Amino acid sequence: MKPCRTMLYIPGDSPGMIQHAPVFGADSILLDLEDAVALTEKDAARKMVACYLKDYDFKDLIVTVRVNGADTEFFDDDLKEIIPCVPAAIRIPKCNGPEDVLAADKKIEEIEKSNSIPVGKVRIHAMIETAVGVENAFFIASACPRVQALTLGGQDLTADMGVQKTKEGWELFYARSRVVVAARAAGVDVYDTVWADISDKEGLLKECRSIVGLGFTGKAAIHPDQIETIHQAFMPNEKEFRKALRIMEAAENAKKEGKGVISVDGKMVDAPVVARARHLLELADLYGFERSGS
Amino acid sequence: MDMTLNSLGRKVPLELPGVGSFAPYMSPFSMLGQPGTIQGTQMHMRRPAPARSKVVENIEKAVELSGLKDGMTISFHHHLRNGDAVIPMVLDVLQKMGFKGLTLAPSSIPDVHDCIADYIRSGLINRLYTSGVRGELGKLLSRGELNIPVVIRSHGGRARAIEEGSISIDVAFLAAPACDPLGNITGSIGPSACGSLGYAMTDARHARHVVAITDNLVKYPLNPRISIPQYLVDSIVCVDSLGDPKKIATGAARITRNPVDLKIARDSFRLMKSSGIVEPGFSFQMGVGGASLAVAKYLEDYMKEKGIRGSFGLGGVGGYMAGMLEEGLFDAVFDVQSFDSAVTKSMQEDPRHIEIDASWYANPFNAGCIVHNLDCVILAALEVDTDFNVNVLTGNDGVLRGASGGHQDTAAGAKLSIVVAPSFRGGVPSIKERVTTVTTPGETVDAIVTERGICINPRREDLLGSALKSGLSIVDITALKKEVEKLTGIPRPAEFNYDKVAAVVEYRDGTLIDTVYARKS
Repeated sequence: MKPCRTMLYIPGDSPGMIQHAPVFGADSILLDLEDAVALTEKDAARKMVACYLKDYDFKDLIVTVRVNGADTEFFDDDLKEIIPCVPAAIRIPKCNGPEDVLAADKKIEEIEKSNSIPVGKVRIHAMIETAVGVENAFFIASACPRVQALTLGGQDLTADMGVQKTKEGWELFYARSRVVVAARAAGVDVYDTVWADISDKEGLLKECRSIVGLGFTGKAAIHPDQIETIHQAFMPNEKEFRKALRIMEAAENAKKEGKGVISVDGKMVDAPVVARARHLLELADLYGFERSGS
Repeated sequence: MDMTLNSLGRKVPLELPGVGSFAPYMSPFSMLGQPGTIQGTQMHMRRPAPARSKVVENIEKAVELSGLKDGMTISFHHHLRNGDAVIPMVLDVLQKMGFKGLTLAPSSIPDVHDCIADYIRSGLINRLYTSGVRGELGKLLSRGELNIPVVIRSHGGRARAIEEGSISIDVAFLAAPACDPLGNITGSIGPSACGSLGYAMTDARHARHVVAITDNLVKYPLNPRISIPQYLVDSIVCVDSLGDPKKIATGAARITRNPVDLKIARDSFRLMKSSGIVEPGFSFQMGVGGASLAVAKYLEDYMKEKGIRGSFGLGGVGGYMAGMLEEGLFDAVFDVQSFDSAVTKSMQEDPRHIEIDASWYANPFNAGCIVHNLDCVILAALEVDTDFNVNVLTGNDGVLRGASGGHQDTAAGAKLSIVVAPSFRGGVPSIKERVTTVTTPGETVDAIVTERGICINPRREDLLGSALKSGLSIVDITALKKEVEKLTGIPRPAEFNYDKVAAVVEYRDGTLIDTVYARKS
């Protein structure tokens, strides 16, 4: 599957922005029915997003929708209107434990069945934005096969923890680490929270490099101008790229020769390293790295 | 009216009653490359008695001294932007003095001056030569309610018309942000400081009589800068104010945050870079709004990163370009018109910020205008068509709402002319089969950059090759038009009354490139 480095937030009640979604180079978008939409506009936004999902050509963009929380009066209506339009995933806010995911999973399954959609087609991105959610991250990620990713909501999480969100981000260091490990353990993707200062690209790049280092597979963007910077941080370096090529070559040779042991540059490599090399090459394809001449 | 087809297939009149005869447009450079010279206007000699002050009591007195008569031509500049109060102030006096049938030939008309429509109705003005028409005036002309000939000229074309005598200015009323008692003038000092007086400089040199109108009479001699010298100025009128200082002294325009504009700007810059034009000694002009200004941000970062120092910036200069000069990214900036008065400090303090007149800027019929030295220009558009023609004058509804400005001059002169436009605005596609009005011929446009891809003029195979090599998102203009129309539908074209010409559009060489008709009522 194509790596998904960026997830661009677009308010669900902003047709002017939705119609331009495919042009900014994001890997995926998140049409937001929750925080970006005023209470009075919830119905209109839901209908608007449904219309776009049905009729608009988003080209090769992965399109997800953030619905309102299960604790709101809008949750059921959001699912009823959006699931039949088959977005790639639904983002469920404030998942505190596996039961929240399972409750959503059940409702989505019912709607899929009644609309002749293969069960499990619409995935769940579970949003971790409370302290209890962080502590339950692995159980959330592995609650059901429908979960495709964990996403960290930094603003609400810091509020829940009673601390300030800072540019340095130390207050989120533990939560980020915990959520990444949980996601990796469950075999799902993991997206980092947004960088709020649109004008500070240097700070954004620094944070991106740091979360790439922690193991996040992608990051949310709140402005199209952030996409390029996020992608920059995910770009493999030439040395890593060349090494990944050698690993994949060795793995293929080992497979052909029926060998169980793979050796690269005189060192043994095992399955997770091969998996990482494969992902790195998929990433490198997005940046136009030339595989020939290796 | 006798009409003919020009080389773009546009019907244009051969003669405009009360104005004169015109040739149809043929190609961008068909009138250039000719040996010898053509006779232009002569300098108007004056023989005033020596005096230590030219200040007169009021505008009426200045008008009396000017010898203005019914049917003559008056001019103004538009450097005070939407803060200008001088044009209505003078027209009001002329109306009260009972003048009739004047030709109004300003360098352009600020958006706010809807009052001009009233002076046309009253008979004070019966011909209009301008760069642009907007607002209520544009609507009335497009409704065919103001029955006068209107000639639209580019800034370079106007300078040419003045110097060749097609516009013969009898009296120029020049707003003067700083003026001394003998008529030395500058725009870079004073409460109404606006920056360059480039268009006014051309008028002052060629008008039969020049009246300076100032709210800032300074001690003789005006210093440290004189834009228009005293020997061109006949009289001076002091007024309380030249206009609204908030709208004259605007701050520097900010770089847009609009994602679509930023995407267009980034791709435009990438196109520039891929063409290999951004090298030491590079010259550049940009607009002041939206995507056009935002290109400068990407350019600035790149020039700094690579240590590239350009030759000159040209314009239409705003605070951003002045900042690039200050940072040493260009050797000089040529400024015919300041977009915001944030440049006045640069003009006053930096000798490399050079004030130029309209002819120096863009007149194709002199011994060398600066637009012909340009490497790259970024231009905006109201609409474009699949032949790369550009319209900056009329809206989708066919109503006059823009200005020719320096568009056709810079597009013709620059090695690389890039037109930036969102692929649709307000649900209306920007790419048409045929633009409503051609102001800049597609022959001079190298690329059109939209948020949905870059269209490269088939004439520029070299540019296409380098862009593809750089991995830019290139799209065929007809395919893009279809893609956009899938979103927007195809708007019904505006319907015109082809018996009623609202305006003619000159190309910079004086040929007619298009005709604007009144809307069908």
